[in-house]
Amino acid sequence: MEITVTVNGNAATHDIEPRLLLVHYLRDVVGLKGTNVGCDTSSCGACTVHVDGESAKSCTLLAVQADGCAVTTIEGLAATAGVDVAAGEMHPMQEAFREHHGLQCGYCTPGMVMAAVSLLDENPTPTEREVREGIEGNLCRCTGYHNIVKAVLACAGVLDDTPGPISWPTPVAEPSTPTAPASAEVGA
Amino acid sequence: MIPVAFDYVRATSAEHALALLAEHGDDAKLLAGGHSLLPLMKLRLATPGVLIDVGRLTDLAYVRDAGDQIAIGALTRHRDVETSTILAEHVPLLAHAASHVGDPQVRHRGTIGGSLAHGDPASDLPAVILALGGTLVVQGPAGTREIAATDFFEGFLETALAEGELLTEIRVPKVTGAGWSFQKFNRRAQDWAIVGVAAVHDPAGIGTGIGLVNMDSRPVRAHAAEAAVGSGATSADAAALADADLEPPADLNASVEFRRHLAQVLVRRALEQSGVASHT
Repeated sequence: MEITVTVNGNAATHDIEPRLLLVHYLRDVVGLKGTNVGCDTSSCGACTVHVDGESAKSCTLLAVQADGCAVTTIEGLAATAGVDVAAGEMHPMQEAFREHHGLQCGYCTPGMVMAAVSLLDENPTPTEREVREGIEGNLCRCTGYHNIVKAVLACAGVLDDTPGPISWPTPVAEPSTPTAPASAEVGA
Repeated sequence: MIPVAFDYVRATSAEHALALLAEHGDDAKLLAGGHSLLPLMKLRLATPGVLIDVGRLTDLAYVRDAGDQIAIGALTRHRDVETSTILAEHVPLLAHAASHVGDPQVRHRGTIGGSLAHGDPASDLPAVILALGGTLVVQGPAGTREIAATDFFEGFLETALAEGELLTEIRVPKVTGAGWSFQKFNRRAQDWAIVGVAAVHDPAGIGTGIGLVNMDSRPVRAHAAEAAVGSGATSADAAALADADLEPPADLNASVEFRRHLAQVLVRRALEQSGVASHT
């Protein structure tokens, strides 16, 4: 069937099979290979794009569900945000990932950046815990997340990067009744 | 993973969806956010011949104050349940539980009606609606009917929705100021609960409700524990009955015995957090 999707600001109409997944539409029909397929089971978030401005896993959407929608991928993130790409500039989140070394192999990075931008759209000044919870839908097997979290906090302008000894994350105060039991407590 | 080929039709109204259901019969499945159905179709565990997309019925996406109850449109996304100020004030248990469904990307697409109609015992929201004693409003060829949550979940991925029917609204009682708790035990942030508990304690109103995640082949209430609280039992004594008459599954994550143990521990915590006395 025929669908019209505006990808990174460019509207195009294609005749596709209803079972075509959005991620395959973006990669194989539109030809944008920046969006990666990771687990293909909506767990890892590597395929995260924005659909009408909100993060979504494009392996768990049919292309027909995006008919009439605006989809942004990592290729169009900077330009659609008004960044002067022709001058070689990147989106502030991309800059933050580079500055804080928020990647190693880079496979999760397009999805991670898209999820992080969506997170800050909803919560412009998150705490470290809110960042960690906000990217729970994206798996990174290299970094241990530390520099990714730093990059997102830096992009939000709330990173405390005062030089000094390593500051380990402050344990979060549990409510009087624990809600996230450690395994050792289960036998209690 | 690619689903088996199917025909796709987009419903433009609830009436149109009902007409399409009547036309295509049991070869058709309704598609809302698709975050339960599409993974099953990609695994080819579900192979509908026709998908009827109800995802654009925005008139079924709302959270409304309806007197003693809150009415939630079936197509309301988890994100909108999570951030609803009406629910935060009157049914905070539901808003909080919605914030624990999947991850942000899933919550941007998945809907409350889709989650309930899927009838998965591992899902969070059925347990919440059971604990609250909610009502599901269904439209079908014969008109509208209401189904109590306790009558809705009939088996593994089986609900009381009859062929040709569409879930349109979920109603939950206001429990403003009541004690509540949501306990989700899992190993990784975005995982399904190995065992989960939704509890509300409202002695002056609806009483005590306890819904359980992943403790039987269908979403269930902990009836024995609820009755014990009603009779004045302490949280620990009531929680010892959390798994009574239930048949929890065994899988890679947990044995039957571990699930029974988890249910008792988590129900005790949930009841204490909800304000049930831990000592007589």
